[in-house]
Amino acid sequence: MTSYEPIAQIHRLRRSRATRAKTALKKAPFSAWFGILVIIGYVIVAVFAHWIAPYGETQVFSEAFAPWSQQFKLGTDQLGRDMLTRLIYGARNTIGIAVATTLLSFAVGVSLGLLAALYRGWLDQILSRAVDVLMSIPSLIFALVLLSIFGSSITSLIIIIALLDSTRVFRLARAVGLNVAVMEYVEVARLRGEGPKWIIAKEILPNVMPPLVAEFGLRFCFVFLTIAALSFLGVGIQPPTADWGSMVRENATLITYGDVTPLLPAGAIALLTVSVNFVVDWFLHATSGLRDEK
Amino acid sequence: MNPVARTVLQRLGLGLVTLFIVSIIIFSAIAMLPGDFAKAMLGQSATPETVAAFQREIGIDRPPVERYFVWVGQMLHGDFGSSFASRTGYRRTVAEIIAPRLYNTMFLASMTALIAVPLALGLGILAALYRNGWFDRLVNAVTLTTISFPEFFVAYMLAYLVISRDTFIGSEFAQSLPHWLAVSLNWILNAVPKFPTLSNVNDQTPFWDHVWRVALPAITLTLVIVAHMMRMTRAAIINMLASPYIDMARLKGMSPMAIVLRHALPNAWAPIVTVVAFNLAYLVVGVVVVEVVFVYPGIGQLMVDAVKSRDVPVVQACALIFAATYILLNLTADIISIATNPRLLHPR
Repeated sequence: MTSYEPIAQIHRLRRSRATRAKTALKKAPFSAWFGILVIIGYVIVAVFAHWIAPYGETQVFSEAFAPWSQQFKLGTDQLGRDMLTRLIYGARNTIGIAVATTLLSFAVGVSLGLLAALYRGWLDQILSRAVDVLMSIPSLIFALVLLSIFGSSITSLIIIIALLDSTRVFRLARAVGLNVAVMEYVEVARLRGEGPKWIIAKEILPNVMPPLVAEFGLRFCFVFLTIAALSFLGVGIQPPTADWGSMVRENATLITYGDVTPLLPAGAIALLTVSVNFVVDWFLHATSGLRDEK
Repeated sequence: MNPVARTVLQRLGLGLVTLFIVSIIIFSAIAMLPGDFAKAMLGQSATPETVAAFQREIGIDRPPVERYFVWVGQMLHGDFGSSFASRTGYRRTVAEIIAPRLYNTMFLASMTALIAVPLALGLGILAALYRNGWFDRLVNAVTLTTISFPEFFVAYMLAYLVISRDTFIGSEFAQSLPHWLAVSLNWILNAVPKFPTLSNVNDQTPFWDHVWRVALPAITLTLVIVAHMMRMTRAAIINMLASPYIDMARLKGMSPMAIVLRHALPNAWAPIVTVVAFNLAYLVVGVVVVEVVFVYPGIGQLMVDAVKSRDVPVVQACALIFAATYILLNLTADIISIATNPRLLHPR
């Protein structure tokens, strides 16, 4: 960004990647630490859901809407399934699906975006105009229309959301890629006769990593919230798969009796997105050297 | 030709083209339906004759291009076709289903905009003025938190708050607290106005009653969109404050408030207006979820119900209305940011 940045990087270059990460972590603010710990916690719960959960994912007990007790720590839901178990399995399903969707959307968005930045010309024009059109329809609405046609299975959910979301990734990847694609070293690589795969992977990608990593966090939040919203509306992840969005919807009536249980899955969603945002905020701050965010 | 007028015209033309393509995409939705759709709608007992009649009625038997132009032509005349829910002798047009709900949604959205936009601008300017102070940090932390909450979480939290106004004191949680704490918490909760947690309105609801009933959905949406707008306002102004002409104004001895309002803000309008319009467009998406939570008879709830019952004409009409609003708002943002750009107003 500014002309004095190379000088500041000389010091950093002498240290290995691990030590640099360590010093950066040491200086990280409380919010970033909090975020990292929460994310690690969620991942552990999601991966080991099978061992942590007290009951089976779809195990039904006789009493529906049971209050909190020794047997059911957080009560049961509208069909008599243990809430705590559903919450734990929900971590696996909801986060897993969101991560898969974000990965797919990045694979599509980044590769197309960098290709467009590298080649410009008609490829760039076609892709950019297509993205313009896709982005001019709000993604939740578009997703609703597509889901009404293809039906709501997990596969179609992942593909639809990933494709709709990859438009945003494409824009960012193209924009940052354009700045790098005009650099001399890319020109040198081209003259050396390197193919597009090599140029993208070895010359452009390493130089656009920080904004893309930060964007990965933000896109994950967005995808996660979209899927939760769709499930909440009843057109996303379908029962009996445990999922936080639909859990809120199914048990929402309890709120009118002053019971907080339906707020727990919603809170779980909120806590994860807040944590990811905290980490991304710190990461942007640390990698950009800017004193003010974004 | 004046460069401003030219860019604005270009942008308008582009907007029309986008709208045209979007209408094609939404129209193709009906063409992509599985072939046995008519059968699925009419049930097992449908005879081939009724299936053919149904297909003729929704026009699947004609070529797509012809259907598209008929569809657009009718739409421009305000005829959105008839819902799949209509039966022989009882035609329900999409227009008559949508009209009252569209009014309700517009009511909710404009009420939110009226609260949220001035609030966000004010908070953003104050945060930029007292940047890195406690006020700035507090507002930043709160907005960063609300921005990452799902809408339905904010909505149910507010509903819970209003409900616990009555149920809190009797709950086990309150009894496990020390008495003085429970009483003072209850006292605070009692200060919460008793907003209705279900926004059931109809066309006979008087205006102020309507406002009162949509209070909770409007507050929810405000909380969701204020964060983004406020952060952008703050960032845009702070970005401007680093320019040399601001140093100049400071050296002249102007007060910080005057610098922000007279020098920084006019140049920061473009990013601010863009983000305001973007967030108003986001309302379009936000209303869907919030309407479902508060059972508010708006167009978002209608669309979700139509998606579930696969009432495609209604889905199409709703999607077209949402998309058109979205495009229009983004177009407005672009035009305003072009028109307010001081550099474009004085061509070289």
